[in-house]
Amino acid sequence: MKDDVESREDRTAGLKGLGCARRRVEDLRFTQGKGNYVDDIKLPGMLHGDFVRSPYAHARIKSIDASAALALDGVVAVLTAEDLAPLGLHWMPTLAGDKQMVLADGKVLFQGQEVAFVVARDRYVAADAVELVEVEYEDLPVITDPFESLKSDVVLREDLEPGADGAHGPRKHHNHIFTWEVGDKETTEQVLEEAEVVAEEMVYYHRTHPCPLETCGAVASMDKVNGKLTIYGTFQAPHAVRTVVSLLSGIEEHNIRVISPDIGGGFGNKVGVYPGYVCSVVASIVTGKPVKWVEDRMENLMSTAFARDYWMQGKIAATREGKITGLWCHTTADHGGFDACADPTKFPAGFMNICTGSYDIPVAYLAVDGVYTNKAPGGVSYRCSFRVTEAIYFIERMIEVLAIKLNVDAAELRRINFIRKDQFPYQSALGWEYDSGDYHTAWDKALAAVDYKGLREEQAQRVEDFKAGKTRKLMGVGLTFFTEIVGAGPVKNCDILGLGMFDSCEIRIHPTGSAIARLGTISQGQGHATTFAQILASEIGLPADSITIEEGDTDTAPYGLGTYGSRSTPVAGAATAMAGRKIRAKAQMIAAYLLEVHDDDVEFDIDRFVVKGAPERFKTMKEIAFAAYNQAIPGIEPGLEAVSYYDPPNMTYPFGAYVCVMDIDVDTGVPEIRRFYALDDCGTRINPMIIEGQVHGGLTEALAVALGQEIAYDDLGNVKTGTLMDFFLPTAWETPNYETDHTVTPSPHHPIGAKGVGESPHVGGVPCFSNAVNDAFRAFGLTHTQMPHDHWRIWKTANRLGLHG
Amino acid sequence: MIPAPFEYYRPREMAAVLALLAEHGDEARVMAGGHSLIPMMKLRMAEVPHLIDLQDVEGLSGITVSGGEIRLGAMVTQAEIIDSKELAQAAPILREAALQIADPQVRAMGTVGGNVANGDPGNDMPGLMQCLGARFTLVGPEGEREVAARDFYEAAYMTERDDDEVLTAVAFAVPEGGYAYEKQKRKIGDYATAAAAVQIRREGASCAAASIAMTNLSDTPVWSEAAAEALVGTELGPEAIEAAVTAMLAEIDPSEDNRGPVEFKRHAAVVILRRAIARAWSRA
Ligand SMILES: Cc1cc2nc3c(=O)[nH]c(=O)nc-3n(C[C@H](O)[C@H](O)[C@H](O)COP(=O)(O)OP(=O)(O)OC[C@H]3O[C@@H](n4cnc5c(N)ncnc54)[C@H](O)[C@@H]3O)c2cc1C
Repeated sequence: MKDDVESREDRTAGLKGLGCARRRVEDLRFTQGKGNYVDDIKLPGMLHGDFVRSPYAHARIKSIDASAALALDGVVAVLTAEDLAPLGLHWMPTLAGDKQMVLADGKVLFQGQEVAFVVARDRYVAADAVELVEVEYEDLPVITDPFESLKSDVVLREDLEPGADGAHGPRKHHNHIFTWEVGDKETTEQVLEEAEVVAEEMVYYHRTHPCPLETCGAVASMDKVNGKLTIYGTFQAPHAVRTVVSLLSGIEEHNIRVISPDIGGGFGNKVGVYPGYVCSVVASIVTGKPVKWVEDRMENLMSTAFARDYWMQGKIAATREGKITGLWCHTTADHGGFDACADPTKFPAGFMNICTGSYDIPVAYLAVDGVYTNKAPGGVSYRCSFRVTEAIYFIERMIEVLAIKLNVDAAELRRINFIRKDQFPYQSALGWEYDSGDYHTAWDKALAAVDYKGLREEQAQRVEDFKAGKTRKLMGVGLTFFTEIVGAGPVKNCDILGLGMFDSCEIRIHPTGSAIARLGTISQGQGHATTFAQILASEIGLPADSITIEEGDTDTAPYGLGTYGSRSTPVAGAATAMAGRKIRAKAQMIAAYLLEVHDDDVEFDIDRFVVKGAPERFKTMKEIAFAAYNQAIPGIEPGLEAVSYYDPPNMTYPFGAYVCVMDIDVDTGVPEIRRFYALDDCGTRINPMIIEGQVHGGLTEALAVALGQEIAYDDLGNVKTGTLMDFFLPTAWETPNYETDHTVTPSPHHPIGAKGVGESPHVGGVPCFSNAVNDAFRAFGLTHTQMPHDHWRIWKTANRLGLHG
Repeated sequence: MIPAPFEYYRPREMAAVLALLAEHGDEARVMAGGHSLIPMMKLRMAEVPHLIDLQDVEGLSGITVSGGEIRLGAMVTQAEIIDSKELAQAAPILREAALQIADPQVRAMGTVGGNVANGDPGNDMPGLMQCLGARFTLVGPEGEREVAARDFYEAAYMTERDDDEVLTAVAFAVPEGGYAYEKQKRKIGDYATAAAAVQIRREGASCAAASIAMTNLSDTPVWSEAAAEALVGTELGPEAIEAAVTAMLAEIDPSEDNRGPVEFKRHAAVVILRRAIARAWSRA
């Protein structure tokens, strides 16, 4: 037999399992334009929906006249809140315990809000009809600033009972949503009072948007004969969508099938439920025909979930030697017109309480106040676990601010405050148990790789040259050490709408030794079909190339909470390994039977079970698979299948050390990234090539956010950055070269030690780019300047510091 | 992002184009590369019930350099300008400018004629053509006429061209001396925060002739005769450059947008012009 002569190395390599830079199996269809996205779905008789949207940010709706639109040839229906009200669908619950208008019910709260839904024969007629719907508005005072909002007499949410509690406790003002407090306020304030040194800063993380290449959309198809509703949509959590639709519509869950086909990027934008989904479902129920709704780029930027918009007031206390003694943070969170944040129920500000970062901070206090304004709802985790980007940006800016106050080197300040390797598992002051880490090793490796000392010397020389008039460019060295908290999460404290945040994998081994595995997650570009097959290959000894991974169809996949917050590998990846182990356990019994030995006398060896001490006696997994289907084995059911629902015992805590070297033209405000070094520790590395791709993508989105990407509003609540001309989406042109590196600190509680990596580079990248800009001006007295660092804002900083003569 | 309904025409002869324009008046518009017009139609900021595609119309293509004259057919694309060896020799400023317009996909479609006829202050070629002293050939019901680029622009989207005229060619004398097209933008595919086109002819140690035009710093391109004059006859010392910059500043009138406030744009204009002058001089 061929297997006899193959070396163990060859057999391992043949599986393409853990650690293999296996090519992405998805890319064949993607690179050939053969993907199947929502907008590719065409069903017989399908109608098309389009929205009439509010041009005003805050207005009362006096009347809606759809008669001209209805008179247009090809228009089937125009739905308004009045039409949805009898079904109770003119409002819908949000993931954050608030409710949101599906179609404007008497007033609008942000520009671009959905007012009426036109259903027509084709996409073009629908767009023409939108123009013909006449809406009479009476404009109301607009509030775009959360601090103003909390002082204003203007009541944004007239639907909420004055004085009544919100979903997260008491509301202090009619435009206030919640207060969330974590930590020890009293002790923290006492520490601040008695501290040798206190650094303070208001750190604003501006509003931006995940802006996936594919916008949001759905095709709903109600089959009135068999009572089945099928919804294809851009859903990062298809199973949760099915449950929500069932609860909202009253249609039994078994009669609803939700399918997430290929998804062209999500980054958190496709977690929530949007009015477009609800309207296409209602329109399909009303018309009895499939209805497609796909938004355009401007609609995506204006009305679907934004990210960030956190005003973080910080105080950090330290000894004169730089040992941090306490951290205090008060955040004012601008949630827009409705609270539609996508966070686990018990965490109205997500995992913002990871804001002590990678540092051993004995005491801390965090309070977050959520506020309504006349902006779009959202507040999703854009390429990060829930609000982790905000938290890490905050602490990584505060560390720099403290370093300036203490007049010490920021790298050294980090080093003396890191949680030490021997402190893990580490209990943070704000309530998390960090599972593992080795920060000092990673930091030293990073600083050595970039010749940190040399960079600082070069920078000092540059400052001299600048002062002497020899150059107009300053040099910034951006540092970041981040710790993420991903893999939500343990069902005991993580749920969304009451659904525990476990995840799942179901495996079927076919008789000839190939397999299909289905998961409760859904890839949006992460490469699940590639990497989950690798996890399984190593667990069950069948080649990854013989394993199909399928996700996104609720009729076939096991229930799971979907893909966001870097949870797929930590949770569904764990479920995959556990299901694989169940397969292996049964295979062991079959092998023992075939080899006529006791179960305990065989052991797993790469792709086979061998008799202990007699490696020439073995059965390959392929042979075992066949036996499972063609032999009557006493005491063992036929077939080889397994399913695992995995409730993680803890989150995982990936970390990383990033360094950015930037040159800044003080006259034009143009930053140029000379070098970017990224060391990531995501525990066990499943596929180094995919990790590298994820790091590049995350860093590029970080560059975007730090250097210009924003959703900006004028005083009237008009979106100023509604197209890609003004909303910065970097291309290859703007993207610098990235140097990637790694250390490996496996998660002690994850079955294969993996931690998740898709979001790390974004979480670490944003502060790193921002710190580089700030650092460039440190020698000239700058403590902190807000993002985004686009040309004119950098120019303004230089101007304010008197660098333009 | 769906335009209002429109009729689409694809004539082969200019006569047919003119006839359609005559028939439909301001309900009709010609389309060249479509990369300014179609976005406006999709945003429903431009409604064009009758759209006349110029792609197949004869006589609008080709780059010719002869007898000290350069002629670009209106339908010459920005990509063709970049690829033309002849042009790179005869008027390298065109290539330098075209490479800073939009991105490769847009440049494959966008034309010289469309860029200069559009009248958007953000377009780079109008200022460039003013710097080069180009002339635009217009064909209409009354026949052909030429208008100087420096007289062509009246206000944003308002030009000397009548609605029933088609721009067929752009012509200018082979430029002499050093050149530079300097542009600050936020990213690839962006219009200028500030841009400057500069041609300088040098005789011995001093500047014999100069031409300067600025882009996206007013509602039309700004050809600053005074700025150029400040350089002529000097050796481009700090005082001459300062005078040129001051003259330029007196003529621009930028407005605030997402690229930044007015004070920043005025500052950027100064920096960009200084750099353009320095580079052009170094090549003169
Ligand atoms: C993403 C993006 C980025 C861009 N960035 C830049 C940039 O940085 N700099 C820049 O200069 N441009 C930029 N552009 C515009 C691009 O260069 C356009 O192609 C150009 O402005 C217009 O050329 P066109 O051939 O596409 O004209 P069209 O869009 O076809 O026409 C534009 C206008 O001119 C009229 N017109 C066209 N041809 C004629 C003619 N022969 N006679 C009379 N009228 C005519 C049309 O009726 C229309 O009103 C950008 C475009 C895009 C989409």
